[in-house]
Amino acid sequence: MNVRLASPFRSYTGGEANVTAEGTTADDVLRDLDRRYPGIRFRIVDEQGRLRQHVNVWADGERVRDLSVSVVGAAELTVMQALSGG
Amino acid sequence: MPGRGRAVSDTESAIDPTAMYRRPAWEPSGAEPAVDRSGPVLLVGTRKGLWVLAADTDRRRWSMAGPMFLGHIVNHAVLDPRDRSTLLVAASTGHLGPTIFRSTDLGATWWEAAEPPAFAEGDPLGRSLRSTFWLTPGHADEPGAWYVGGSPQGLFRTEDGGDTWAPVSGWNDHPNFVEWAEWPEQGTPDGSMLHSVIVDPRDARHLYLGLSGGGIFESTDGGADWAPLNLGVEAEFLPDPDPAYGQDPHCVRLHPAMPDRLYHQNHCGIYRLDRPGTRWTRIGDNMPREVGDIGFPIELHPRDPDTAWVFPMDGTDVWPRTSPDGRPAAYVTRDGGASWQRQDSGLPARGWLTVKRQAMCTDDADPVGVYFGTTGGEVWASADEGGHWELVVSHLPEIYSVEHADPADRS
Repeated sequence: MNVRLASPFRSYTGGEANVTAEGTTADDVLRDLDRRYPGIRFRIVDEQGRLRQHVNVWADGERVRDLSVSVVGAAELTVMQALSGG
Repeated sequence: MPGRGRAVSDTESAIDPTAMYRRPAWEPSGAEPAVDRSGPVLLVGTRKGLWVLAADTDRRRWSMAGPMFLGHIVNHAVLDPRDRSTLLVAASTGHLGPTIFRSTDLGATWWEAAEPPAFAEGDPLGRSLRSTFWLTPGHADEPGAWYVGGSPQGLFRTEDGGDTWAPVSGWNDHPNFVEWAEWPEQGTPDGSMLHSVIVDPRDARHLYLGLSGGGIFESTDGGADWAPLNLGVEAEFLPDPDPAYGQDPHCVRLHPAMPDRLYHQNHCGIYRLDRPGTRWTRIGDNMPREVGDIGFPIELHPRDPDTAWVFPMDGTDVWPRTSPDGRPAAYVTRDGGASWQRQDSGLPARGWLTVKRQAMCTDDADPVGVYFGTTGGEVWASADEGGHWELVVSHLPEIYSVEHADPADRS
């Protein structure tokens, strides 16, 4: 599926905003993404597998709060970062 | 040697500080670009990135490179004193978590650690590392070894020059961790920190560390086990005036020429300890009463174990932690803390400066250069051991750290 990345993640993808990764759950997709772009998963989830604060994920526009949820059939996973603070 | 982590030099952050020294129009010191960069180098970590300052031999003219990693929080940047070319940067990438950036060619190319510091997966306390806060190179006999102190108060170690990091289980999983450390965190707005990781130059297995808050702890077995070392250190914020742990050391230093001598600037005073003693002496009691002995950094003379510098903060009332009475000054002791002398020549007569715990350092020249950076983005330098201060640069972001470096290659 297509993975759309906000600008803070693109230093891991050579500047690409849209990349490809596969998997049956959101977690699978992120792990596959990390195989293709090493280090990027740790910017999205912490070492306990929790989404980092202010990092949000959507599958075809539907918010993914539990990374174990199935994304089978979804065309796009969107990974965004909500900036806060000065 | 590059590691397995991603290269970060193929983007706009491509950095070659040795080729970028160029005086910005707003840099205040001198009119002509400095070309002599044979003096001390300062690594300036800020809330918004890293800058590098380089002085000429006389330490009168400075040039600057940066920003590097603009927008990243740089808590600490340290050049390896063993090979004088490996540069590690402890960064917290906004909301994207902590990491370590590495350069083995003094910034010409940068790499991110392949396995940045992190708590163990499945950590029983569920800890995740929010920031890499403090960097300490390992013992001279362990090239490639470094320690990182974090927030929450974890300790991490690399043995390959910073490419892959592992938790130091002897500390992170110590049976007393929850009792000694602040967990759940209750520290400063920036979190509870593990800092001042110290390696005894005589023995790689003899370590100290500091917790803000929590106190000072010692290991004699390479970090497998730890014990508190806080007797005599006050904790005005605790009901027990002389607890075994729970104090708030801000910065701990061991004198390289007299490794049994420790100094530390605490939330509650300035202290000295000569080992094998175990009870700290509050040498800050010898500071002028109207100034007090509150502050963040304490820095040592590279050769004279009796000489140390502090930068006092106002610890009265609601603890402003700015220069006492709005009159900034460093204080120096040349007799191990028995007496202190004020050093304010060249500093503004009125100013409310704040200097954080990693934001002061000394070089190894003779006379010793002393440097500090402020949360207002100024770097001040003295080429005569604090006798006179000059403003090197202003208008940087909030400064978190200023470290002296002596790179082998200055081409």
